[in-house]
This record gives sequence, structure tokens and C-alpha cells, in this order.
Amino acid sequence: MRRLLIAASAFALTAGLAHADANLQSMMDDANQWVIQTGDYKNQRYSKLDQINKDNVKNLQVAWTFSTGVLRGHEGSPLVVGDVMYVHTPFPNIVYALDLNNDGKIIWKYEPKQDPNVIPVMCCDTVNRGVAYADGKILLHQADTKVVALDAKTGAEVWSVTNGDPGIGETNTATVMPVGDKVIVGISGGEFGVRGSVTAYNIKDGSQAWRAYSMGPDSDILVDPEKTTHLGKPVGVDSGTNTWEGDQWKIGGGTTWGWYSYDAEENLIYYGTGNPSTWNPAQRPGDNRWSMTVMARDADTGMARWFYQMTPHDEWDYDGINEMILTEQEIDGKTRKLLTHFDRNGFGYTLDRVSGELITAEKYDPTVNWATHVEMDKNSDQYGRPQVVAQYSTEHNGEDVNSTGICPAALGSKDQQPAAYSPTTGLFYVPTNHVCMDYEPFRVSYTAGQPYVGATLSMYPAPNSHGGMGNFIAWDNIKGEIVWSIPEQFSVWSGALATAGDIVFYGTLEGYLKAVNMATGEELYKFKTPSGIIGNVMTYAHGGKQYVAVLSGVGGWAGIGLAAGLTNPNDGLGAVGGYAALSDYTALGGQLTVFSLPN
Amino acid sequence: MRNFKVLCAAFLVTSGIHISQAGAESTVDPALIEAAYSENGKYFTADDIPTYKVQEDGTIDWPSYSGFRRYHSECHVCHGPEGEGSTYAPALKKSALTMDYYDFIDVVTNGRTRINAAENSVMPAFGDNPNVMCYLNDIYVYVKARGTDAVPRGRPRKKEAKTDAIREEENACLGTN
Repeated sequence: MRRLLIAASAFALTAGLAHADANLQSMMDDANQWVIQTGDYKNQRYSKLDQINKDNVKNLQVAWTFSTGVLRGHEGSPLVVGDVMYVHTPFPNIVYALDLNNDGKIIWKYEPKQDPNVIPVMCCDTVNRGVAYADGKILLHQADTKVVALDAKTGAEVWSVTNGDPGIGETNTATVMPVGDKVIVGISGGEFGVRGSVTAYNIKDGSQAWRAYSMGPDSDILVDPEKTTHLGKPVGVDSGTNTWEGDQWKIGGGTTWGWYSYDAEENLIYYGTGNPSTWNPAQRPGDNRWSMTVMARDADTGMARWFYQMTPHDEWDYDGINEMILTEQEIDGKTRKLLTHFDRNGFGYTLDRVSGELITAEKYDPTVNWATHVEMDKNSDQYGRPQVVAQYSTEHNGEDVNSTGICPAALGSKDQQPAAYSPTTGLFYVPTNHVCMDYEPFRVSYTAGQPYVGATLSMYPAPNSHGGMGNFIAWDNIKGEIVWSIPEQFSVWSGALATAGDIVFYGTLEGYLKAVNMATGEELYKFKTPSGIIGNVMTYAHGGKQYVAVLSGVGGWAGIGLAAGLTNPNDGLGAVGGYAALSDYTALGGQLTVFSLPN
Repeated sequence: MRNFKVLCAAFLVTSGIHISQAGAESTVDPALIEAAYSENGKYFTADDIPTYKVQEDGTIDWPSYSGFRRYHSECHVCHGPEGEGSTYAPALKKSALTMDYYDFIDVVTNGRTRINAAENSVMPAFGDNPNVMCYLNDIYVYVKARGTDAVPRGRPRKKEAKTDAIREEENACLGTN
């Protein structure tokens, strides 16, 4: 009995703590593999592989291709674990295991049965940002919010759990992040009045470990009113309800459909929350905490260490869900643990990721005009708040009034498409949108499972600029400055990849895979794939050879908003239709293209 | 003339896939769109089907303007801006001209599912959504006006005033004051 007790307590010790699974961490450190969507826990999307470099990338050619069999927006990327590549698709969320030793022969295929009624409650296409590997399992979070663990060798279902209810608009588009013995899972549905949450499930059996809501009572949002901080100060009691009127927090939005990162030393996970529901700000007075917030939570318990709300009382649909990129960089001679985040609202934020201190907040697109700046004076009662320009405030202008010329548009200066970071240059490589909008909010009523939007938007390329709808930029996160910028005809909706070969890859909506010089932005290579790229570029090595892979398949918000081209209603009738339509360049697709250097 | 009509119908049957393209190029039957009479700021065809009205100076009827707003709140996220269609869902500006009014109302109210090897399309049922149902005719006349290009892309510039009758109807439908 005594021996059993000792064994049991030892088990409790190892099972209870979520600190990084050493095996998974070493697989992430192995540049030959790509085992989670973000490449590593820091979300740097940087590979140490350098066989393909700035001098020879011009010789890149297609090594092999694979059709996914689904014609919808393809976000995310494949994984490579050992000799096997895992490829996912949009709804119905098929997963293929491909044998890299046998020309990509299909080892197994998993096709879930999902109720098609989930399709129309997915705002903006049935995209899925991919699977993750951990503990011999492939972890998939389906559109209908079923989280399923598949045996990586056979594709057999090990366990599954239902995370939400599509009947009230809860769906999923995001990937998941395995951390230690848990997997971190988000939820979509901010346009349906869903109350956002993050849930940790035990990888072993799918049982729930904890759930943290974005708003609601302290017990729901997992805060310690005294210890959890916002810009260095305790959040206090009822912080998730006292900036809402009545019960509005119950349909408050703040969904969690972006990317997740993790600092093993601090044992903290980082992510952002989305827009408050509805898009009509007059219907939800207050700061609407904790929508639009960067969150740092303990991976084991979900308890919040710190929050930072970037856009209190959103009036423009500037979801805060974009990725948090973790770096160690020198500031004033001291190495600091940083978190850099390119928000939809057009500001690039750099924070101390241990304390949540705000270090830099600067516009990463010069056209951003809805706020003059973010107040950086710690003694100001406005500290950390964007200083909103009344002309562009849809709240100030009121319901049923069309506020014009707001930059950026609701798509944000950047949407979920993740940026990359190179430790060699210390720069970030950021895919951006260069689009502005008119925004007219009006009253809507809430019906469970029905859209809860309440605003009319017109979007158009940023006026008085290069005429295109996107840029691909290099960003200095300490100075808060653009280092170089490549104008693009369409929004850049593809995740970037930086490599030790001194190059950065990204895809374009026309379908080009491009490689540019990391230092200068000079274009070194491009190839037009069969459909527009909204997937993320990844790299791996097999048999001593480096490969670069990307999914094509236009869609998502980009495919909806840009398919027919945009018009600027303020240009007068003559200019209508004058801007490029994506449908003139590309059509639906679903293909993986894998590149390598000639033998 | 009779012969021609028969030929036309045969063409539609055999090449169903081209209907929308052919439809966009051919002229629309005026009976489908011409306003024959108006009632409290709303316009109807001779067959009592709601329709739009654009005056010579470009002023559009209130329901079409209201439809512009509601379309971009409820329909835009799938069907693309201004009824143009997207990679995700068909162009409603074409549907409004090729579909019978009552079929259009039926699909919006009850939804429609097209799942097969080539398609993964599901139109949801909006029957219990007041933000759609209270403005269904507005949305219909707006996309019909887009179909004929009577209302151009972008925000309508001039509109007729909202009538008291329309306001009362709206409040009764939404159940608000």
C-alpha cells in the first residue's frame, strides 16, 4: 500500500503540471519537422533550414503537388512529423496522412461526418487553420466544434469531445495548441452573439481541464481580482461584467479564433479575444471587457496573469485575435522577454510578456486614422487607450449615420494571417491589408443562432496610396517603424515564413508564392499556383533535402470581400468597378504545392 | 414569335448551367421590374410583386435603400458586396432576376442545402430572424435593382424619405418602439 501511494503521488506530480512536453519541444526544435501550425510555441514562423537561400531560391521548382478534393478557402498549412505529412481541408475537415517516402501516397484519410447546417453559421467561409501533433496523436478541431484526437499512425479516432453548440452560432475555424498534457482550444461566432471562451482538454482522454470565458463573473473568466493585472494594476472584482449593461455580457462576443503561443518558463499561454457583439456600438455601452484583449493565462489552471485591452468599446470590428509573437530582444542594453502583436486596429504592440507592460504601440500602416495614437503616459487616465478621432467614431456619429473614410477597414490592417520573425535581422515580416471603409451602425435584435451584426460596411482600397489593397512589410518592433514595404494589388492573406537562408516567403491572393530578400524586400522568386493563397507557408526537410509547401484555395473573408472587386463609393459613380476584381485572376481551388531546388 | 419562344425554352432546359450567364446578357422581361403602382413609398409591378423605382435624377425608393443597408448587414458576409457573389455563395443580383419572387422568399425563409461532390452550399433558414424577415422585400428589391444595374455598386446617393407607414410597419414587425 505504501508503495502504491508513492507511485500515485509521483504520477500526480507529472500529470498535474502542463509544462512543455519535452518530446514535443525537441520535435519543434528539429527544423526538419513542422509539428504544430505555428512552427513553434513562440509563433516566430522561422526555420533554421538554409539549403534554400537568397542566392539559389531563383532556381526553386515544383517538386510535387496534391489535390485536397475540396473547393473552399484553404487556410493553415500541412504538418510534417518524421516521414509523414498531414494535410487538412476546409469543411468537411478531411485529414490526409501522406507518405513522404512513397511520393505522397495516402496512408490514411479521415473524413468526419458533420451536420451541413454548421456551414451557414460560419461567418465568412468554412476555413480551418489546421491540425496539430502531440503524444502520437493528430488533434483536429472541426467546424462543428468537435475536437478529435486521431492516432497519428492509423487515423483511428482515440477520443472526441464537443466544445460548443453550432445551434447558437458556436463554430470553429482555428487550430489548437498542445501544451504539456493539455490541448488549448478556442471558439468562433462573434457575429452570432457567442460568448467567447478558451478551453483546455487533457490530451490523454479529452476530459476538460479548465475553461476561461472572455467576459462574465470572475469565476467564469478565471481571474484573481487582486493578482490579475491590467497595465500593472489589479483588475478588481467583477471586471468581466461591470463594463457591460445588464446581462449583455452573456452575448458579448470576444471569441478566440486566432493563434496561441506559449512561454514554458512562465508557463503562460497568450492569445487575443475578438470583437464585442454586436457591431452597433450604441447597443452595448461601456468598455465591454474583456473583448479586444491580449490575455496571458497559466497553462495548468487557466488563471489570468495579466490582460491588456487594446480597443475598449469597439466601434469598427477590430477583433484582437491576431497572433502573439514571442521574442527575446535587447532594449536599452537589457534582454527582455517580449510579445509582439499586429492588431486588426492597425497598431503594432510590443509588450513585456511577463508583466504585461506596454512598451511600444505604433501604426504599422501609415493610413491608419481612427485613432491619433495610443496614450503611453503611465500617469494619464488614458494610459494604454487609443485616442479615438471623433470624425471616425461610429459611436460618436451615432446610429443610422454613415461614418466615411475610416482606415483600416473591418478586415484590419492585418487579419489572422500570421507574421514571421527572424532572430538574425530582429525584424518582423508582416502580411497586411491596405483597405479603408465606410461604416453605418444600426439597431438589431438578438436571435440565438442568427447573425447579430448591426452595421453596413463598404470597403475600398486605401485612398491616396498606391491603389492596391495590400502590403508586405518588414517591421522594427522596438522602434515601431516600417523598414521596407512591398505594395501588393490585393490584401496579403497568407502567413509568412522566414528562414536561415535569409529569405522570407509569402503567398498572394492571385496565387503567387513569392520569396523576397529578408534584408531588402527584393523579390527573388515567384510562381503562380492554381488558386489564390490564403494558407501559410511552411518548410521541412526530408532525405536531406529542404522543401517549401503551401496550400492554394482562395476563400475566407478575402474571397468574399474581394471576389468581385471593391468600389469606393466616395469616388463618384464614374470610378465604380475601377478596382481589380480577384475573380479576374483566380478561381476556387484546393491544392498543396511543394517546392524544392533541382537535384 | 411562338416558335422563338419554344426554342428559347429548349435552350434553357438543355444548358441549365449557362442560364445565369445568358440571363445577365439578355434583356429582362419589363413586367418583372417595372413599377406599375406605389403604396406608401413602396412600389409594385402589375403582378403585385415588390420592385424598385429609380427617378431620373437617380433618387431611389426608400425600400431599395433600406435593402442596401440590410443586405450589407445580413447577406454580405456570404454573398459578397452589392449582390456580386463571392467564392462562398452565389451572386444574388442574378438570383433576383432568374428566380421567381415567391421562390426567393421561400429560400430565404426556409433555407436550402446543396451538398454533393462539387458543392458544399447551405443557405440558412432566416424565418425566425427579424433583422432579415422584417426587411425581406427591401432586400429583394435592392438585389433586383442591382441585377439590372438600375442601382449601381456603392452606396445609393439619393433616396426618397422614409414614410410613416413604413416606419409603423417596421416597428410592428420588430416589436420595438
